[in-house]
Amino acid sequence: MGIVTYRQALHDTLLEEMRRDPAVVLMGEEIGVFEGSYKITAGLLKEFGPDRVIDTPIAEEGFVGAAIGAAMLGLRPVVEIMTVNFSLLALDQMVNHAAKIHYMFGGQSRVPMVLRTPEGGGQQLAATHSQNFSSWYAYIPGLKVVAPATPADARGLLKASIRDDDPVVFLENLALYNTKGEVAGLGDKNGSSADRQLPEDDVVPIGTAAVMKEGSDLTLVGYSRMSVVALEVARRLEKEQGLSIEVIDVRSLRPLDRRTLIESVKKTSRCVIIEEDWYSYGVGAELAATIQEGAFDYLDAPIKRVAQAEVPLPYAKVMEQAALPKAQNLVDTIKSALDASGYRARTTR
Amino acid sequence: MAEVTMPRLSDTMEEGTIASWLKKPGEQVNKGDVIAQIETDKATMDLTAFEAGTLQEILAPEGTTVPIGQPVARIGSGSAGSKSGSATAERSAPRPAVAPSPPAEASAPPAAEETGPNTEEARENVAEAAEPTESPSRQDQRPTTAEPPAQSAEAANGKVRASPMARHIAAEHGLDLSRISGSGPQGRVIRADVEAALSAPSAQPPQPAAAAPAPPAAGGDDERVALSQMRRTIARRMAESTRTVPHFFLTTTVDATEMASLRKQINEQMADDGIKITFNDMVVKGVALAIRKVPEVNVSFAEDSVLKHKRVHIGVAVATERGLIVPVVRDVDQKSIGQVARETRDLAERANSGRLQPPDYTGGTFTVSNLGMFGVEQFNAVINPPEAAILAVGAITREPTERDGQIVVRDHMKLTLSVDHRALDGAIGARYLQALKAILEKPMLLLV
Repeated sequence: MGIVTYRQALHDTLLEEMRRDPAVVLMGEEIGVFEGSYKITAGLLKEFGPDRVIDTPIAEEGFVGAAIGAAMLGLRPVVEIMTVNFSLLALDQMVNHAAKIHYMFGGQSRVPMVLRTPEGGGQQLAATHSQNFSSWYAYIPGLKVVAPATPADARGLLKASIRDDDPVVFLENLALYNTKGEVAGLGDKNGSSADRQLPEDDVVPIGTAAVMKEGSDLTLVGYSRMSVVALEVARRLEKEQGLSIEVIDVRSLRPLDRRTLIESVKKTSRCVIIEEDWYSYGVGAELAATIQEGAFDYLDAPIKRVAQAEVPLPYAKVMEQAALPKAQNLVDTIKSALDASGYRARTTR
Repeated sequence: MAEVTMPRLSDTMEEGTIASWLKKPGEQVNKGDVIAQIETDKATMDLTAFEAGTLQEILAPEGTTVPIGQPVARIGSGSAGSKSGSATAERSAPRPAVAPSPPAEASAPPAAEETGPNTEEARENVAEAAEPTESPSRQDQRPTTAEPPAQSAEAANGKVRASPMARHIAAEHGLDLSRISGSGPQGRVIRADVEAALSAPSAQPPQPAAAAPAPPAAGGDDERVALSQMRRTIARRMAESTRTVPHFFLTTTVDATEMASLRKQINEQMADDGIKITFNDMVVKGVALAIRKVPEVNVSFAEDSVLKHKRVHIGVAVATERGLIVPVVRDVDQKSIGQVARETRDLAERANSGRLQPPDYTGGTFTVSNLGMFGVEQFNAVINPPEAAILAVGAITREPTERDGQIVVRDHMKLTLSVDHRALDGAIGARYLQALKAILEKPMLLLV
């Protein structure tokens, strides 16, 4: 067990999977010679050569289409799109082709590809380079969508995604790349030990949520970077105020592990959802609907959502920070959910 | 001037019919007077005035059916038909403690959703503003003989504002939410309030003294008869049950000879004490004891989960002149058979006279339906949702049977269990019937 960054976990996992399976190829803008805009693919061109690490032109629709075709014919392409914002150019390929081919052509061909791309704001990249489109992809039957929050899940879910026979949209987050966490089998010597074989059970099955922390007073649900914020807030409130908050990292948006969400809220009767995407029609809306359907009789307060302000994300730093959901928003919302259901009445008042 | 609205008198009630007006327009009304009788889906109940004054106008004549919350009459301080400003002013003076939503919330601009970061709060204000604001005058129209609590969760439309969790717990325990004061936002009843009410000794509402009048006369031959509220509820619930609950049926024959002899002994011995045990009482008690042996049947199917009931509340189907109703004997497993008999008789009498209150017929976990007294030998009963099973009890018949190599005549009783297959499988139903049969064939067990 070693501590590595999210970035390192992705890098090492790609390396391992490429060594394990010669059908795994990488495609994307500047991933070879330049080693990737976020250095996830550093050193891979050198080891695997230009047949397996393919620098593409700036033409997302074209190279995503090429990856779909390659996947149909037996390769396992892992496409990197520099940020999710540019993946919109390839949306037709993903929605109308990758997601439909297995279904529409009578199961003759599967599409075992992965589309890796980072979401998220907070880097002063302005309105068109700071977005989250998780809910757009998660909306599409035929796609699988994962959004890991921790280095260990980044590794486990990337392995699962590469080995899955269906198209998987693998959503990273710009602000997570430098976060660190424990990952079994990585980081033991000199920062990386990618030569070591990862036990099969370190693969995280797609479609399972993670209970990051158990608790009994309130369920806090997040995905991607907001799960990390949620966990920090839950730990802080436990220490400072003795609150027992259960934190669930959804991590797989489609298929969604509804059972884990519902069971948790049945236990706690209160739920707050935090998401970095916009409030209206966001992933949080689906999570809230799922919970109220499955745990209606157990809710003692309305389900609350904390989300990004519904504006194009500003460039100016203070405004950008003001628009993004933050720990303090979450603390306030948790407090209102607890107040609404008499938590304080039973304890401190 | 105060509006009297159709109150919500039971959990399942959606509308009520004015059975009769006991006051006429122009008559003086005192606080607490019964001004009308309302026929609900379950019973006929009193509508009590919470304002003193003059009954000015009847908005819903006798026989009309009105949804919950809709005004049925006006009470003012002047004479009938008076709509003077002074009357209005006077009426509005003694406002009850419940305040309407603060104006700031009510007027939160819908535009809030387009601005500002993390706008949950603004959103909530918008959502709450969209709900009907509390009308103080309507607050007083709750149909109870008690003073309204200082803060009530009842909204202007007559619906109680309560969290789903609170409703769930209240329903389990047969509590009337409108009698619980809410401490959540806008008086919402939350779990903590229901739990507090449950632990308070006076949680159960007092029984009203007034008896309901005889039900309206039935129509003649070949006439179209409008459905009573009760008939309507039976129709809706039974259709819903057969439509959504996959039933299966298990029948067994119980040798009731010893039951008959035990019953005879008890009734002979206890005749002076006025205790009379029926076969049905024995079955009800046996059903509860068998649930203790096979608690898996004491459940409710809840779509994505199964609710396991820890307490054993047995519904006893009672055929009244007005239709079927299922009053509930609570904690039957904990009570002596004599007590079960007494309570069942009391509930049946009150069911027949339409005097059951919601706590009397809600919260059951298993139902017993008995047509034995009509000579029906065996039948399949329709499950009473959300319960998972119902037992149909047939008549006791004398049957020749083989016993120790001899043909003897014994008392037989056929029991048929209807089971919700979503919640339970055949084997559990069968095990339950087996346990029940064992208890009823050794009926001394009912006395332990």
